[in-house]
Amino acid sequence: MITNEEKLETMKPKDGMQQYLAASARAIPPSGIRRFFDLVSASKDSSIISLGVGEPDFVTPWRFRDAAVYSLEKGKTQYTANAGMPELREAIGEYLHDRFHLTYNPADEILVTVGGSEAIDLAIRALLEPGDELLIPEPTYIPYNPIATLGGGVPVGIETYAKDQFKLTEESLRAAITPRSKLLILCYPSNPTGAVMTYEDLLPIAKVVEEHDLIVVSDEIYAELSYGSRHVSFASLPGMRDRTIVVSGFSKAFAMTGWRMGYACGHSDLIGAMLKIHQYTVMCAPIMGQVAALEALKNGMEDMHRMIESYNQRRRLVVQGFREIGLECHEPQGAFYAFPSIQSTGLSSEEFSQRLVQEVKVAAVPGHVFGRGGEGFIRCSYATSVAQLSEALERIGGFLNKLR
Amino acid sequence: MNELKLKILDLLKEDARLSGATIATMLGVGEAEVSAAIEEMERDHVIVKYATVVNWSKVDDEKVTALIEVECTPERGRGFESIAERIYLYPEVKSVYLMSGAYDLLVEIEGKNLKEVASFVSNKLSTIESVIATKTFFILKKYKQDGIIFEEFEDDHRLLVSP
Repeated sequence: MITNEEKLETMKPKDGMQQYLAASARAIPPSGIRRFFDLVSASKDSSIISLGVGEPDFVTPWRFRDAAVYSLEKGKTQYTANAGMPELREAIGEYLHDRFHLTYNPADEILVTVGGSEAIDLAIRALLEPGDELLIPEPTYIPYNPIATLGGGVPVGIETYAKDQFKLTEESLRAAITPRSKLLILCYPSNPTGAVMTYEDLLPIAKVVEEHDLIVVSDEIYAELSYGSRHVSFASLPGMRDRTIVVSGFSKAFAMTGWRMGYACGHSDLIGAMLKIHQYTVMCAPIMGQVAALEALKNGMEDMHRMIESYNQRRRLVVQGFREIGLECHEPQGAFYAFPSIQSTGLSSEEFSQRLVQEVKVAAVPGHVFGRGGEGFIRCSYATSVAQLSEALERIGGFLNKLR
Repeated sequence: MNELKLKILDLLKEDARLSGATIATMLGVGEAEVSAAIEEMERDHVIVKYATVVNWSKVDDEKVTALIEVECTPERGRGFESIAERIYLYPEVKSVYLMSGAYDLLVEIEGKNLKEVASFVSNKLSTIESVIATKTFFILKKYKQDGIIFEEFEDDHRLLVSP
């Protein structure tokens, strides 16, 4: 008897299907994080403590979930306006004004997207032409680079350093600029380093942006997770509002990753172009997510502050923990990642992370997958319980002792 | 109550086993400051006890819990204080609250079985002179107690590694 699998095997063309792929799809490498995920998941070992998770450890607060459940019961299952429900866009506008002094017209300057990820994709697609250069301070969140490549753009990494707390400096930005530079990505608070940029840090960057007529895509998804002082939006700097597309969403601040709720704000010309692509590709963000997001903005600030306070406590615990076991660790001021240096071990970050999983069952993401300047570091998410964090630190300490 | 003490209480009510050193690190203050605040709160009976929340339904040695509404006549000059005291001194009484509304005291009582609870109500509680009436409600299942959900449905469902 021929099994279904065998049948499928005989039906496959001999040379595979690679030849049919678009060159651009072939050109983008698989995500380094995905590779590491496969390695960790393959072990199926329940004793692994993962510090590799890029999402909150809180479940979405019940009142947001309840709002979505209730709306489903009431039969709210339709498309919404392409740009998102008008009441949600209005609530986003008010929220951004209250929290970050930003003013956008909900009618044509705010677009609700399927996660912050879609907003990033739309912004890059709407603005980058083949050959245009996209400046990306690194180490950074991975997708900017492949999205730019897909559209024929040229990603240009700008290395940032632990000695500068991984901030982008005016000098390194200037050094990377060419006549083809068009877009600058800013992702602060930063995934993976936890770096933030203050008003004073951003001011010289704004000057360069103006001088070289750049457009900025400012990914501020971690804005609320700023621990030293209130987050400063790049769009709030003098002259930067119309040059900036602010990307944010509900995933991190409101613990809503699986809902895929994001948004983009900016000049109506830019948002209008993004809306065009959005309506052809996804039509609108899912309605149940929009309902939950609206509830989050209306009644969820207390929940949000409770979660942020908890991240902050664990941030202090983890940074001190790394220093105590002998790893240099710059103080992350935002997001929920610590980015300790493992250079003192003499291992590459890939080797270190692999051996860490295999020998002491702790998963941390090797820094090199985040681009230039990431080698020699590991990304450790502290969005996990205090008990797990303490145990993980102890295990990493044991692993370091074994190496010495 | 100052802000530090409130923050310490917030942490301890979630996990009473956190050490002073860990609490100090998490709050970004000195360990001596935390120890002093905790000692002060223990002395002032703000922190009354470090107890364990037990899901007794998972223990073979099962218990029966009942809530009893008690209607009674207050005493001149002492109100409900002495009646409440006569009730709460029994070890099987887990909590006693003075209530607004249709009855006066709400008593939570725990016993080995139904008979034990029933006998407490008829022999001890109802015989107190100022008690006019009682209504007993047996608890069938505890879903949540003191902010802690007993069912384990909110496990970590996250992918082990994500961007």
